[in-house]
Amino acid sequence: MEIKALEKTAAEIRAGIVEAISNAGSGHPGGSLSAADIVTALYFDEMNVDPKNPKMEGRDKFILSKGHAGPVQYSALAAKGYFSKEDFLTLRKIGSKFQGHPDMNKVPGIEMSTGSLGQGFSVAGGMAMANKLNHDPGRIYVLLGDGEIQEGIIWEAAMSIPHYQLDNLVAILDHNGLQIDGKNEDVMNVAPVIEKFQAFGWNVIQIDGHNFEEILDAFKQARACKGKPTMIVAETIKGKGVSFMEGNAGWHGKAPNADETKQALAELGGDR
Amino acid sequence: MADKMATREAYGKTLVELGAKNPNLVVMDADLSKSTKTADFGKVYPERFFNMGIAEQNLYGAAAGLALSGKVVCASTFAMFAAGRAFEIIRNSIGYTKANVKICATHAGITVGEDGASHQTFEDIALMRTIPGMTVINPSDGVSAKKLLEQAVEMNGPCYVRLGRAAVPVFYGEDADIQLGRGNVVKDGKDVTIVATGVMVNEAAIAAETLAAEGIDARIIDIHTIKPIDEEIIIKAAQETGAIVTAEEHSVIGGLGSAVAEVVVKHAPVKMAMVGQKDTYGESGKPDELKKKYGMTADDIAAAVKSVL
Repeated sequence: MEIKALEKTAAEIRAGIVEAISNAGSGHPGGSLSAADIVTALYFDEMNVDPKNPKMEGRDKFILSKGHAGPVQYSALAAKGYFSKEDFLTLRKIGSKFQGHPDMNKVPGIEMSTGSLGQGFSVAGGMAMANKLNHDPGRIYVLLGDGEIQEGIIWEAAMSIPHYQLDNLVAILDHNGLQIDGKNEDVMNVAPVIEKFQAFGWNVIQIDGHNFEEILDAFKQARACKGKPTMIVAETIKGKGVSFMEGNAGWHGKAPNADETKQALAELGGDR
Repeated sequence: MADKMATREAYGKTLVELGAKNPNLVVMDADLSKSTKTADFGKVYPERFFNMGIAEQNLYGAAAGLALSGKVVCASTFAMFAAGRAFEIIRNSIGYTKANVKICATHAGITVGEDGASHQTFEDIALMRTIPGMTVINPSDGVSAKKLLEQAVEMNGPCYVRLGRAAVPVFYGEDADIQLGRGNVVKDGKDVTIVATGVMVNEAAIAAETLAAEGIDARIIDIHTIKPIDEEIIIKAAQETGAIVTAEEHSVIGGLGSAVAEVVVKHAPVKMAMVGQKDTYGESGKPDELKKKYGMTADDIAAAVKSVL
């Protein structure tokens, strides 16, 4: 997809995130918005997936290990045609398929139920092992939060994925620097992330996570890298695209009110 | 009484047999493969065996990933670190997703022996049976371990298989009818029923002989599948014998005793007593010494029977 078209799609996906969380009255806008460009690039350029056939053999898989950013995946899947946007606007309501954190047994296109941090990364490693074993060409993409990497299981998987030389796995770290209680460095320092993953045996690529050229190029570099998994450290801004949410940890897990929603949607391109 | 064999031994041998029949079977371990006996499979099928190192959370996370990609996975470590340390991984990544993972956990209970309290799990059955959709199996000897493992691998969905370290008498014949989800009447009787699981089935059999000498005719039921539990066989026993003693190498809180009581109070309330680990930790020692000290012997079962008659 052309960069311009990707940018337009990302804005639509961001608007969907804001609308759904506003409608639900709760949810996690900050980390959904920071990951929107990465997730857009995956579904609309990088990954081999078919919304008409969500279980297609040999497909690529995306696992949202930071499951609280569910709205970004739902919004992207809706934009891709897995289900209607109206359907997804039932987010977090009783009886809805769209759980606060994604449920693979309810929503087509969700490959793994996530929400408990760290586990999606480990499961993605298992899926990459299975694909190697099955000679399945499908690639595994997994998105991590930077607060999430404080979980112990992350480092267990960070060790085993290079050990089994899973070059069919690409992890993306949504490095927005903020978590619920504040800055990573104040809550529990995670730096230096690049050196840590390099030391664990990863092919590490640092990019601007809001620059589509850099995102697409990183995926290309990951494909070219043999014998090692790739960790893309994407420098992002929490709440990206909505001025009053940007860089503000207070928007980690809070829904916008009606006025805020109106302003956010206006900033994201108006007439929706 | 014939040969002795640890249920983990039967597990290791059966895995190798199943590996030949089922090319989809993957076996995983966390640096305990010589003790859990998964190393036997690893030798024959190295490409389908993954050692995840000393990392039980990632063991079960990766097992979920393999299972959700179409594999059937037997993933082993000691029961303490499977059901205990990795509980929430098992709950969210295996239970909630309905992943086809068999959590084959060895060295359960007091018969771990010398390793002591840090390794003696009395909580695993309680933890695992609260997970929706989790099948919980606790074989009593080598033959039933083999038959139940075969059925566990055949069924689709998460399953916890509890296995022991110590060699225990093999009392089922090769042709015994062992069905997942159905209890086995090991000995019929009319005065009282001893509902036992795992290594305590053998203790129950010894207790029944002592009781017979005193004129008490005890029925013995082997509940090797704790979830889903065979309600019918328990209700029938309650109605026909009027009293139940449960026996397990597990805490009396939340395990077989609780599972049986849940059935009995609903359908056929009778007097019950529970033999198992009291609300306390174990310690180092020989398995037989520990069973005696912590009240999990045939004598303890016999005494409990008298308390309900």
